[in-house]
Amino acid sequence: MARALINVPRKAKRGDIIEIKTLISHVMETGYRTTQTGQVIPRDIITLFTCDYDGEEIFRAELHPAISANPFITFHTVATASGTLTFRWTGDNGYSVTETATIAVE
Amino acid sequence: MMIPIRALAILAALCAAGIGALAAEIPAGERRSAYDSMSRETRAMQDDDTANPATLWVLDGETLWTAKAGDARKSCADCHGDAAQSMKGVAARYPAFDAARGTVVDLEQRINLCRSERQKAKPLAFESHDLLALTAYVGRQSRGLPIAPDETALAATIEAGRRIFHRRQGQLNLACTQCHDDNWDRQLAGSVIGQGHPTGYPIYRMEWQSLGSLQRRLRNCMVGMRAEPYAFGSPEFVALEAFLMWRARGMKLETPAVRP
Repeated sequence: MARALINVPRKAKRGDIIEIKTLISHVMETGYRTTQTGQVIPRDIITLFTCDYDGEEIFRAELHPAISANPFITFHTVATASGTLTFRWTGDNGYSVTETATIAVE
Repeated sequence: MMIPIRALAILAALCAAGIGALAAEIPAGERRSAYDSMSRETRAMQDDDTANPATLWVLDGETLWTAKAGDARKSCADCHGDAAQSMKGVAARYPAFDAARGTVVDLEQRINLCRSERQKAKPLAFESHDLLALTAYVGRQSRGLPIAPDETALAATIEAGRRIFHRRQGQLNLACTQCHDDNWDRQLAGSVIGQGHPTGYPIYRMEWQSLGSLQRRLRNCMVGMRAEPYAFGSPEFVALEAFLMWRARGMKLETPAVRP
């Protein structure tokens, strides 16, 4: 069950700095661990996270095997206009999750 | 060779410190949740549902609550309705006495009894995602309520748990009480020794990078003292759970908590 939690303020004043918090369920298997019989557990991680604000990319993070399970990513941006924020996580084995949130800017 | 000797010296000091004051119960006014000794960042994580990773399990539990399962094609909600009302306070009084069986069961076992008896479904494995999700969802409904186990119905089980808590075991010959009653304000290596109150289970433990039950946490301690851990769902673990909940009576439930 892939789930993402997103916390974006519903409303903001134009020019306000807003905090955006995202959390997604993912095992983030490093690819360095082995089973009890010595077989390598294949890598399964999220490799890229991006956030678009009305189609324009405002944040991008490359993720690596050292990132823990269920990555929690927060960042700030300036509220410029009412619109949609699109969050995209992509990774190994064709992993791709997209979520959106809307913000009203006065 | 240096490291083991040093480790032994620390343990010897710890044991010596425990011998003088024999296992006095922590007074109600001094009972503290491990929450209080966490970093500001970790506390913020627990306090904000959108930052608390355990919310992922709670949401899955909410889905499972209304999902039909087993040969009876029944969901939890078909009998119990809205969990926000029917499950409020339930987790705060578990483990509880099951009159039909004449034994004490913990919350996980109660969920599995419901599954096998009412839903005619296979019981969920201990520590499986679905069982943790349902337990977290049920537990979430009691957040902020005081822990209140039924002292009369559980008297014998609490007593059994108390005996286990005070019994030295394992290669290090330690009892739970030596750390958690006698030395809770000190440190063991780099970590603060907690009082061992089960106020937030199931917890999201960052060391595990996952949600886990109280029994998983207890196994952790037992392995640490080099004792053979009890099996999941064993009467010993249920007795310990009952004793620990009684020991934490009156404290507020934080489920699902975040711990380092």
